[in-house]
Parts: sequence; C-alpha cells; structure tokens
Amino acid sequence: MDSNYILPSFNNPHEMKIANILVGVALVVGLLGGYFAGVSMGGAATTQTVTVGGGATITITQTQTVGGEATVTITRTQTITQAQQTIPGELSGTITIDGSSTVYPLTEAAAEDFMKKYPKVSITVGISGTGGGFKRFVVGETDINDASRPILKAEAETATKNGITWIEVPVAIDGLVVVVNRANTWVDCFTITELKELWKPDSNVRTWKDLRNEWPDEPITLYGPGPDSGTFDYFTERVVGKLKASRTDYIASEDDNVLVAGVEGERNALGYFGYAYYPEARDRIRAVPVKDDLKPGSQCIEPSDATVATYQYPLSRPLFIYVNEQQWRQKPELRAFVIHYVRNGADIAHRVAYTPLPTKYYEAAAILLEADLYGGLYQLSQIHWHDAGPH
Amino acid sequence: MIAETVARSIRRRRQQNKIFTFLFMSSAMVATVTLVIIYATLIYESIGFFQHVNVFEFLTGVKWTPLFEEKNFGVLPIFNATLITSAIAIALAAPAGLASAIFLSEYASMNVRSVVKPVIETLAGIPTVVYGYFALYFLTPEFLRQIIPGLGIHNALATGLMIGVLILPIVASISDDALLAVPADLRFGAYALGARKIDVVMRIAVPAALSGIAASIILAFARAMGETMIAAIAGGFRPVLTSDVRQAMETMTAYIAQVATGDAPHGTVEYQSLFAVGLFLLIITALLNFVGLRVVKRWAIKY
Amino acid sequence: MGHQILKTSRLKKLLDRAMPIILSLGVFLAVATVAGLIIDVVSSGWHRLSPGLLTNYASANPAEAGLRSAFLGTIYTVGLSAIICIPLSIATALYLTEFSGTGRLSSILRYNIANLAGVPSIIFGVVGLGFLVYGLGMGRSIIAGAFTLAILTLPLVTVTCIEAINTVPDDLRLGAYALGATKLQVAAHVLLPRALPMMLTGGILGISRAIGEAAPILVISGLLFIREDPVSLFDIFTVMPLQLFNWISRPQMAFRELASAGIIVLLLLLLGLNAAAIVLRHRLTRRLT
Repeated sequence: MDSNYILPSFNNPHEMKIANILVGVALVVGLLGGYFAGVSMGGAATTQTVTVGGGATITITQTQTVGGEATVTITRTQTITQAQQTIPGELSGTITIDGSSTVYPLTEAAAEDFMKKYPKVSITVGISGTGGGFKRFVVGETDINDASRPILKAEAETATKNGITWIEVPVAIDGLVVVVNRANTWVDCFTITELKELWKPDSNVRTWKDLRNEWPDEPITLYGPGPDSGTFDYFTERVVGKLKASRTDYIASEDDNVLVAGVEGERNALGYFGYAYYPEARDRIRAVPVKDDLKPGSQCIEPSDATVATYQYPLSRPLFIYVNEQQWRQKPELRAFVIHYVRNGADIAHRVAYTPLPTKYYEAAAILLEADLYGGLYQLSQIHWHDAGPH
Repeated sequence: MIAETVARSIRRRRQQNKIFTFLFMSSAMVATVTLVIIYATLIYESIGFFQHVNVFEFLTGVKWTPLFEEKNFGVLPIFNATLITSAIAIALAAPAGLASAIFLSEYASMNVRSVVKPVIETLAGIPTVVYGYFALYFLTPEFLRQIIPGLGIHNALATGLMIGVLILPIVASISDDALLAVPADLRFGAYALGARKIDVVMRIAVPAALSGIAASIILAFARAMGETMIAAIAGGFRPVLTSDVRQAMETMTAYIAQVATGDAPHGTVEYQSLFAVGLFLLIITALLNFVGLRVVKRWAIKY
Repeated sequence: MGHQILKTSRLKKLLDRAMPIILSLGVFLAVATVAGLIIDVVSSGWHRLSPGLLTNYASANPAEAGLRSAFLGTIYTVGLSAIICIPLSIATALYLTEFSGTGRLSSILRYNIANLAGVPSIIFGVVGLGFLVYGLGMGRSIIAGAFTLAILTLPLVTVTCIEAINTVPDDLRLGAYALGATKLQVAAHVLLPRALPMMLTGGILGISRAIGEAAPILVISGLLFIREDPVSLFDIFTVMPLQLFNWISRPQMAFRELASAGIIVLLLLLLGLNAAAIVLRHRLTRRLT
C-alpha cells in the first residue's frame, strides 16, 4: 500500500509542497485502535481537509466510536505532476541535538544510521537532560531537543520570546516502573494513591505498614532519579500531582544502573526509573504492577512492552523530539533526518531495546511530516499533561 | 672604543632583563588574575542568590532542597558531608602517607625507592572518574558491604576512603621532601650519642620536618574538600544532615556538579545556589591555606 | 632501676626492628588499592580490547563502538593545554625565584597559586563556561577546554618548577652572578638546563592530571555523541573520561565492559606518560652530571 514511497527532492524546500511525488494512490492509514480510555477526541467525527497545492489534497478524518476505540483515517490524494524520480543524493550540513538521557539512545541510533547513509551530514547528540536541553533549544542553540516530557509553559514562553517555534514529534514510549527487591514477597500491586502517599513532600510513610496494614513493619529505603531529570519531573507530576514535588530523603542517582544495584542489594528497597532499563535488569529486581485507582474500572497492570505501548500501564509516557521549525524550513538535512527518524522509529526502538509506538503511528507521522503537516502529532500518540505548554 | 661596546652591551642586557622581568611577572600574575575572575564570577552570582535567600538561613539552616518544589537553603547538610568525607580521607591519607614518606626517606634502599615512589605518584594520576566507579561498583558491594551491614550503595565511607587514596601521594610526596631536607648532621649527631634508628626517625627527623609534614596534610585536606567526581559518583545526591557514614550524603562539590550539569535555567535561584556554595567552599579553602602557610612559617626550623 | 631501662630497651629494640614493616603497611595500602582497581578493571574489560577500540567512533551498537573521537579530543585538548601551561609555569617559577625579591608581591603571588590549587575542579568548568565559552565567545570548543585545563594544572606544574629551580646549587648561581651575568643569563644558561628534568616531570604530572579531569569538561562540553575527528581548535569535542562515563551509565552489560576496556586504555596511557617522565628524568640528569 505505502511501499515504494520515494522521498521528494530536497533541493528546494518549497518545491516539496508541490511535491514531485510518484504516488498516484490514495493512502489510507488504518485503525489506530486499542487506545486506552484516555482518548478525548470528542464524541463525533471531525474532518479536516487541507489543500497542499499543486492539485494535491489531504483529508484527515477522526472518529471516536463507543467503547474507547478511536479511528483516525488519513486520506491523501496526489496527482502525478512530473515523472521525475528524485532520490536525495547529496545531503550535507550540521545538526545539533541535545536533551534527555532517556531519549538519547534512540537519537543516537537514528543519527548513526543517517550519517552512514549521508556521510557529509554531521550530527552531534548531547545529554544535558531534558531541561538542560530545552535551556539551549529555546534560545536557538540546538536544532532538536530530546525530551522525556512535553515542553513546560515557562520554557514555551521563553521560546516564543526568542522567536523560536517548534515541531513536537513523539518518537517512542517509555514507562516508569516501580521496583522492589526480589525478596519482597508482600507487595502485589501499588495504586497511584499509595505511591503518592509514599513520595509526596513531608510524607509520613516510613515503613511498609504505613502504606498497608498487612505489610511488614519495616522501614523502606527509597531510590529514585535526582530532581534534575525529566523522569523525576514526569513522576512527580503524574503521581504526586505537582511538578518537582517529592520527599527529599531518598537515594538519588541519575544513573539508573545505580538504582538497580541499590534496589537489588536491599530487601526493603523500593525505587522507580524508566522502563527502558527494566528488561536488562529483569532478573535482578521485580517490577510491581500499578493500578490507577483514580480511574474507575482500572486494574493492576504489569509493565510490559504491550501494556506500555498502548497506554494501558498507567505510568506510560511518550518520548519526544522537539524540532526547531525555522531550521526545519532552512535545512534540508534536518528535515530528512527527522523524517528518517520517524519513518524508521519502530526499527530504531527495537534496536536499542525501547518500546516503540504502534507502527501505524510512525507511518502516519512520517507522511504528515513530509507534507509539512506537523501539528497534532501529539494527539496522535494521545496523552494528557496539565502543566505543559500550548497544544 | 672598547668601553663603548661594553657599555652598549650592558645597556642591551639591562633592557633584555627588564623586558623579561616584565614578561615573567605577567606570567606569574596569571594565577592571581584567574583567581580574581573566579571570585568575581562567584561573588556576582552569589549577590543575586542572597537577594532571595537570607545569609543567616544559608549558614545555619539544616535542610538543603533547592531543586525540589519546596525549597530550603540551609547549607549545613552539604557542608557536613564535605567535612565528614574529607575527615575520613585525611584519617586514611595522613598516617598512611606519612608512613610511606618515612619509609621512603629513612628505610628504603635506592632500588626500592625508585620503584615505590613512582607507584605512589601514580595514585594521584588515576582519573577520579575511575576511582568513583571503583568505589561504587567494587569497593562498596564486594568489600565494604561484607564487613558493615546496612551500608547503602552510596555512602560516605567509601567516598572518604577513595578520596583518601587519591590524596595520599600529596602527603607522602611533600613529607618525603621535607624529611630529606633534614640535614645529615642532625642525624649523625644523634647516632653518635647512641640513639637507635627509631629514635633518630621519630625524635629527630620527624620533628625537624614537622612544618613540611603539617603543610602537606593541610594541602591534602583542602584537596579532599574540593574533590568533585568521586563525591558525585560514590557519595550520591542526597542532601542530609547526619553523622552516619554508612548513608549516602551529598557534598558541596557533588551539589555543584549536579546543578552545573543539570536542568536549572540561568538566572534562577537554583542555578545561583551553585555559585553561593562554590564561594563558600572557596573561602573555607582559602582560610585553610592561609592557616597552613602560617603554620609552615612558624614551625619551620631554620638550619 | 636498671631492670626498667633494660625493659624499655627491649621494647624499643622490637619497635626498631619492626618499624620498616609497620611503615611499609602505608605503602602497602596504596599499592593494594591500585592493584585491586587494576585487577577489577582488567578482568571485566580485557576481552573487549581491540584496535577497534581506538579507531571506531561511538556507536549505539557495543560491537562497533570505540573511543576515536574521545581519544583525539583528549590529545588535542590536553596537548594544547600543556603548550599553554608549561611555558607559563616556567616563567612564573623563574619570576618567583629569580626575578623578584621576597617582598610583599612575591608572597601574595605564592599564596594565590596555593589558593588556585585548592579550587574544586568543577568551579573551573563553571567559570570557564561563563567566561571563555560565552563571555569571550569561544564556544564549547577545544580551545576553551584547553585554557580551562591549563589554568587547572598551572599550580601543580608551577610548584614543581619552583622546586626544580631550587635544587640547583646556590654556588652555581652565585658564581655566575659574580662573573657579571645578568638574571636572564643565569636563568637561561645556569638554571634552566639543570632544572629541566624536574620541570619536565612537573609538566608530565600536569598532563596526567589534565587527562583524567572529567568535571570541567563536563560543564564546558557536556556529554556528547560525536562521530567525527576534530579538525580545528574551535570544533566541539569530547574526552575519554566522559566517554567512559557515558558507557558506564548504559543498561547493557556490553557497554559497561567496554567502559572497563576504555579504562585500561586510559591507565596504559597514563602509565606510559609516567614511564616517559622517569626515563626522560634519568636521561637528562645523566647528561648534565
């Protein structure tokens, strides 16, 4: 259906809109179904028709059916304008990327692939952390920011003040796992409320018994990421309810290996970190199923590739890259890289042992990006975040 | 004729002298200028910091949580951690370093010395990142945890011990030099009076070299306080006021590293806090150095 | 009374004999720690040693990953910092020993050098970032890193140079002056040649320190994934300790083994430098005496 898709020529960015594409077929992107009930696309169908120019039309129809299943249909009609097949040959230039250490392995793999294909393009990827990366992104120092959380209102404002606009592209899914020692046999499941009681500032929880009466009366040793990480930001926002609100007497480390080693070594340890580190540590520690008790009818869900990818697991979160819009327009190599990243997203995620978003998402997103219709990719991966910037 | 040539060459040489004196003096000034720049930067940002935070609260508060939602700015927890880790370090380095120095200067043969001295100097050359990870992944789990139950994966003991190994060469090297500088006459005089070797060493040489030895210990302590990577990797990022060395505690330098490489945007009080902590640390180190220099001057025995 | 003296004598005799053994425990501690460290690192990383480790770029695939950019970055940055630091230190040492008196200025300068030695390495990074990278507009470049490392190692090398100059016997100095030599001539013809071996040792000590310093570069350059060789002094860069730091933090065991192998490379480099220092010291000393 969508095979043999040939990228348009990148010699003149503006030509892309009038795409010399050899596709005369309408592409239908099928069911993006199975999303958990966090969908809020409105009850009725919304249709959006955009004319790209040069006789091409794109129609986006979104419908939500009863039972939580969402359907997004993207129809694209192209007319063949010229029988010119252009494959981007020479791409050169520099791309500067910085940001989250969680997203970094994905971007690193994507950059390496891309540089092998186009040796004249030079890509550097930094690991300053989500916030540290945004610090540079909002003043235009970087082309892409890797982010393990959406951009904050404050960061968005600074960007606007500096005339920077961005394209938000989800690239994979991560989750936060709550882990305990292998010898811990009593914890079967945590609810979000229990986790909040445990981790909130000035928490009075010292022993397992403080959380649930039937649990042992032994003190808990807590492990977690430091306050300077996107993982910490997400956890406090999602579980405690307020950004960076957390008790301070836990063992903090930015290095998830240390957290694993810490929890592994103490019977009464409890920690949280990104799901990406869990598969390698599976035989050393135990991940606890989590139940979102604020949502009626929810169950204790065990974190796994399947539950994380479909947002069934309550502590799932998308991983993003934020692309500088001005540079997107000006640098063909940047545009090509982002499209490459998204188109090969599933493959890249698998290679670095991360959880990919559903394949249909990557296909749809790649198509939209190529047509420069990049608003709404966030909705495509469907999650809410109340402290975030404009969507 | 000859007088003229000589006069001209003398004048040329005097000019050269002046130029080079000026050049060399400028080089020597670089250290001072750099210090001025460092202090200026720290003070400038600290002024911004202290507009938000009360100096008294900073110096006496017992909770340090600038990066969390609920901010407290008492520096005592991280200052305490710095002191504890440095104390452990010097408790290791001073005796071991002094013992090594005495061994090298008084007992070792030339052959042994030529092997052992470079080995000790190598200790100072090992990258601190390596020490940090060695402490975290080897010293604590494989070694310390077997003898001390309840030892956290990050703990002050391993941090202090590792820093101690790092600064050992400072004590050893400088004390060795100080001991070697004690004139032979003093020693021979003692032997002539019937003293045994142990008397000569402990009662003559060491006291004579005491000012150098003391200076080396003070220098080593200052270096221990300023050590960053070992404290960050093996000590962890938990600011807590405690005397339990089995726990993780964040030192001042680890905090500076955490903020400098972290998310805090420029101009915020979180970012400025790193400068305030840095200034605090620098002032204390400067005081230590000042005391050290005075001690050396006073106790130095002139031969 | 006589019995007491005899008793003390015996204890003292024992201590006297045991002293070297007791003292060598101090040395033993140091050696044992280094040995333990090396054994641990070598056992976990030696099977990952290969030429590829130095010629490959960083990669998402552990089998293909290597230290190339980091190695070159270290060489350029530390090399440039040595070029800046060593002449500066020699000049400073000469000034403090020959060209100035024991006056106020001199002791203030010495005190400041001691203070500079006590500044935590991360502060150099932070000030370097503000002053060199942004203030002077050097960017996160090799030259900014080199200047920062040069200032960081300045006290160490300067003190060694001062010690080196002080080992030259006074008679030689004073004799030269008596023959009418200027300060400059004394410095160039009498002091420098004789002090050179030890000064070189100081320089190499400084280089060893700079190679291992991760903290300032972490602030200036950050953790970076680079797949190209640095070409100019204004290029961005990364250094070996930081690349190792990066690898150690990955979840895959393979990367942590790679980090151990990288540590072996780093330690070999440092060992080589130290050995070169010793050899140079011997060669030059022998030639002069």
